[in-house]
Amino acid sequence: MDSCDTPESTPRQRASSRLKDYFIGATPLQKRLESVRRQTSFVPTPPRRKIPQCSQLQEDVDPQKVAFLLHKQWTLYSLTPLYKFSYTNLKEYSKLLGAFIAAEKQKGLAVEVGEDFNIKVIFSALLGMKGTQRDPEAFLVQILSKSQLPSENREGKVLWTGWFCCIFGDSLLETVSEDFTCLPLFLANGAETNTAMIGTWFQKTFDCYFSPLAINAYNLSWMAAMWTACKMDHYMATTEFLWSVPCSPQRLDISYAIHPEDAKALWDSVHKTPGEVTQEEVDLFMDCLYSHFHRHFKIHLSATRLVRVSTSVASAHTDGKIKILCHKYLIGVLAYLTELAIFQIE
Amino acid sequence: MSVLRPLDKLPGLNTATILLVGTEDALLQQLADAMLKEDCASELKVHLAKSLPLPSSVTRPRIDLIMFVVNLHSKYSLRNVEESLHHVDATFFLGKVGFLATGAGRESHCSVHRNTVVKLAHTYRSPLLFCDLEVEGFRATMAQRLVRMLQICAGHVPGLSALNLLSLLRSSENPSLEDL
Repeated sequence: MDSCDTPESTPRQRASSRLKDYFIGATPLQKRLESVRRQTSFVPTPPRRKIPQCSQLQEDVDPQKVAFLLHKQWTLYSLTPLYKFSYTNLKEYSKLLGAFIAAEKQKGLAVEVGEDFNIKVIFSALLGMKGTQRDPEAFLVQILSKSQLPSENREGKVLWTGWFCCIFGDSLLETVSEDFTCLPLFLANGAETNTAMIGTWFQKTFDCYFSPLAINAYNLSWMAAMWTACKMDHYMATTEFLWSVPCSPQRLDISYAIHPEDAKALWDSVHKTPGEVTQEEVDLFMDCLYSHFHRHFKIHLSATRLVRVSTSVASAHTDGKIKILCHKYLIGVLAYLTELAIFQIE
Repeated sequence: MSVLRPLDKLPGLNTATILLVGTEDALLQQLADAMLKEDCASELKVHLAKSLPLPSSVTRPRIDLIMFVVNLHSKYSLRNVEESLHHVDATFFLGKVGFLATGAGRESHCSVHRNTVVKLAHTYRSPLLFCDLEVEGFRATMAQRLVRMLQICAGHVPGLSALNLLSLLRSSENPSLEDL
């Protein structure tokens, strides 16, 4: 039986619900235009972000399986959605990519000294590396060297590793159609020539585009605040910041190291809303560090450029290099990086 | 504490004075040179200041337009501008103040978010201009624009006043701003 207390809707509400109905059946292009229009509104809303917590999906991930992702320096790239990528064809992709790399090496384009044994490429899915159920599965590409000697281990040495993931990428997932797989964050470890070759192959095969993801000083200070806010049982590394002073003729670098517990204490005194980080808190946290430094050295760090942030959770460099040290907050760190990658794609 | 007031001095004959406030000395100097190169019927005077308040020991002509220059690469320049704003009288903000944000082109070097400056300009109800002052072409264009604004603010353009200009510039923005 219908309830009689339907709310009185004003003309404006009716219009917006009509608009919503229109967008349920909208094409991906229309959804994209709507999201872009929303972004260019002049109302500046201060961003609020969640402090990375252990998500429940993290429990499914075996810490040992993802241990190889930690303590390695990854170079970051943002990647546009892949066209007609299928998780069932991973073996085929391995063969194709292996053949491509062998052909490139024979062409002499990528010559590496002392490298004359065979290369094997493995594509594998990384289970559990996602923020919500909607996120596509992450997958991993590894280049291994196949040794000729039968006595040695069959697996061989890992020469290059790269993985694609998408953590909480809802804003991008809404706007692409079914044929596309959205994995906007790409992390690579290994020789630059291999990264370039594999990038070319992906670009040709899936009609996507890689671009290096640089992290600006504004985002680095957000990372510093969010990672200092993470609760840790024991701290493995000191909290360290590196600033670059633009001056001629030679660049000057200022490094500022704090005991991680002191940094956490400072953050706790600044932090107000539980579970969330606001722009004011980040600014206040950084201003405390700047004013402390100014009192001692009479140098205004706010006039210089923040280049590197290093905490016990992770460390990031402005050129787009990241090293994750703590598996508990792996998803949280990747979520922020995915956000930056999506922002760069858009 | 000396506060800048728009009408506390008599105007000079056919003279228009602009005050550029900002921490980036080299950029301000280049912008000033570019402005002085422009052909203009009025006599232009450009004053540069690192911050306000201005020293009271110097006699200076009446200031017709103040442009606060913020470098998006440096939080220090933003703080400096925020502090200088306290030394400007409220009546100045009726079209005789503007904000200029530089450095937005090199996104990787930015430590101040674009929205922060947008919010600042909105709080003071003044126009915000974006220009990469390091690039010569953009600087020359911005100099032309500032000279035109200055002429209007000094009252040298018949039929158009600073307040008219302000309402013209504001009506081109998103009308949803008025809801704030």
